[in-house]
Amino acid sequence: MIREFGPNDIVYLLEAARWTVALALIAAVGGGILGVIVAVLRIVPFKPANWLAIGFINLIQGTPLLGQLFVFFFGLPLFHVVVDPWVAAALSLSIYASAFLGEIWRGSLQSVSPRQWEAGASLGLPYHQRLLHVILPQAIRIAVPPTVGFLVQLVKDTSLTALIGFVELTRESQILSNSTYAPLQVYGVAALIYFVICFALTRLSQRLERTPHAAR
Amino acid sequence: MSYNFRFSALLPYTDEIVRGVVLTLQLSVITMSIGLVIGLFVALARTGSIPVLRGAATTYVEAIRNTPLLVQLLIVFFGLPHLGIRFDANTAAVVALSINLGAYCGEILRAGLQSIRTSQVEAGRSLGLTAGQTFRHVVLFQAVKAVYPALTSQFVLLLLATSVVSAIGATELFSEASFIDSRTYRSFETYSLITAAYLVLTLTFRALFAVVWQLVFVRRSRSR
Amino acid sequence: MPLVEVSDIHKSFGVVEVLKGISLTVDKGEIVAVIGRSGSGKSTMLRCLNGLEKVQAGRIVVAGTEVTSPDADLNRLRQQAGMVFQSYNLFPHLSVERNITLALTLVRKMKLPAAREIAKEMVARVGLADKLGAYPDELSGGQQQRVAIARSLAMQPTLMLFDEITSALDPELVGEVLRVLEGVAKDGMTMMLVTHEMNFAKNVADRVIFMHEGRIHEDGPARQTLVEPRTAELRSFLSAVLH
Repeated sequence: MIREFGPNDIVYLLEAARWTVALALIAAVGGGILGVIVAVLRIVPFKPANWLAIGFINLIQGTPLLGQLFVFFFGLPLFHVVVDPWVAAALSLSIYASAFLGEIWRGSLQSVSPRQWEAGASLGLPYHQRLLHVILPQAIRIAVPPTVGFLVQLVKDTSLTALIGFVELTRESQILSNSTYAPLQVYGVAALIYFVICFALTRLSQRLERTPHAAR
Repeated sequence: MSYNFRFSALLPYTDEIVRGVVLTLQLSVITMSIGLVIGLFVALARTGSIPVLRGAATTYVEAIRNTPLLVQLLIVFFGLPHLGIRFDANTAAVVALSINLGAYCGEILRAGLQSIRTSQVEAGRSLGLTAGQTFRHVVLFQAVKAVYPALTSQFVLLLLATSVVSAIGATELFSEASFIDSRTYRSFETYSLITAAYLVLTLTFRALFAVVWQLVFVRRSRSR
Repeated sequence: MPLVEVSDIHKSFGVVEVLKGISLTVDKGEIVAVIGRSGSGKSTMLRCLNGLEKVQAGRIVVAGTEVTSPDADLNRLRQQAGMVFQSYNLFPHLSVERNITLALTLVRKMKLPAAREIAKEMVARVGLADKLGAYPDELSGGQQQRVAIARSLAMQPTLMLFDEITSALDPELVGEVLRVLEGVAKDGMTMMLVTHEMNFAKNVADRVIFMHEGRIHEDGPARQTLVEPRTAELRSFLSAVLH
């Protein structure tokens, strides 16, 4: 069944890359929503909530994503959830992303000087307006570059889902590599596709870092 | 729920887990050492004045940082043999991880080099210290202090990342999991336990690094 | 009725008691300079007046609002008692104009065109008419501080609190800020300033309060208090700051 590596294979790889991008997007959105919850739990003035968030962050950031993927892949069926690599991958990556995004956003929020809160207060702005008009716009500017930077990480991390059998770019490369016996070309093209996606995001992140009038 | 969790089924495999931990630590320490050496050359090349070297180092760093470790690993283990470069799985793991880590260490060390202010060197030299003395007593301590937090968290990331090399059959902690899984058919328990073992490792190292930071860097700068 | 009434306030940070029983009154139109060594509690006292710091004991009434009451409407109070800080604290993401109109539109519920008119008037008053569209990071420290004063003035407060507003400035920029302050004083604003500028205190303030170790050590007419200090502490403080 061994055949030559040809232009068709590049098309297969590009098609598989769509799943890489889709998975990264789902994890970014899912992780984003959960990440807001993590960040809020981490900063609300209620100690047990803080501990819960810190424990969660340590658990996720202190274990390999690969381990988390396997635990979800083998664990979900025990809760009668269908064993679909898609579900396990999307859920696991979203939770993984939430721990990182939550920390990035908490850090951004807290890096806005407390003096800005005071200045807002001294003008008679009530709490929610201080948050909305003074603190959040500054925190978001601080948060955008590292958030985009983390998306690069997320795109690369989707490759691990190949190991639980989710067919994205890396898994497709393994399949094509076996059938064409041209691993260097197949993996080379796969690497190039990852590079294009990630490098574009990296550049975007660097551009955003130079936004003028950001908080100092 | 009908499933009976039986972590006790894993008890006979304590030796495998301990062996896995030791292998993972070995792999991490070896790779970190090689990665640091590569990183130092990369940092020097990127901050140096030779355009060819600077370009090569930049290309290397960007290529590594914008592609997944797993794909790099697959290229080293399955791709390179087609060019006549053949490694066994464990060597391929060390090679791929070191090349990967070299790029990240390079960036950390570059930032460290650039954080050393010329005014500190000038201050040292104007007190009559030789270039060597200035480096040893003024620059080195500050430089190590500058890169320590990033390098230690890089080490923790490496500890976690080594799990990926189980994909090519290299032996370390995560590959012990698939072995135990194949014997016990207790997949969930096995992977939960192995994942927890990584947690213990990372928490231990983070605590250790924090203690060293307190002892070496915080105390000394306060007493001055 | 005095505009500011402070009776026997106590304030501690942890085990350190910073204010050990302060009482004072300030009448409408009065200009009060608060002086003293760093750590004497003068900034803390000022920050208690608009509720940025909570006191542990005592009572503060500012412009009819009881600040120390647990259900005080601090946001309303702070519209009455404007504050300018040592580090300007302009909003870095907003233009000079928006820095000034923000609270006018959100708190005073003013329409934006009307708020912009006020902003224009206020920046002219502090001599920065041409900087309306600039961002804080495009201004010098002195200019930023003048915008901060304009931002506070725009709310038409009945009292203005100035917390060491020239201390972070390069010496050559202090003059322009003090001139703006003099202008505000001439317009009859009630002002309390924590300051290290003794000449300014002597020439512009009506009254000087000297704080020492958390207490008011001397309180009297500005010129007289500074020229003929009654206590050894004020004498030694003045000789230290005036060389």
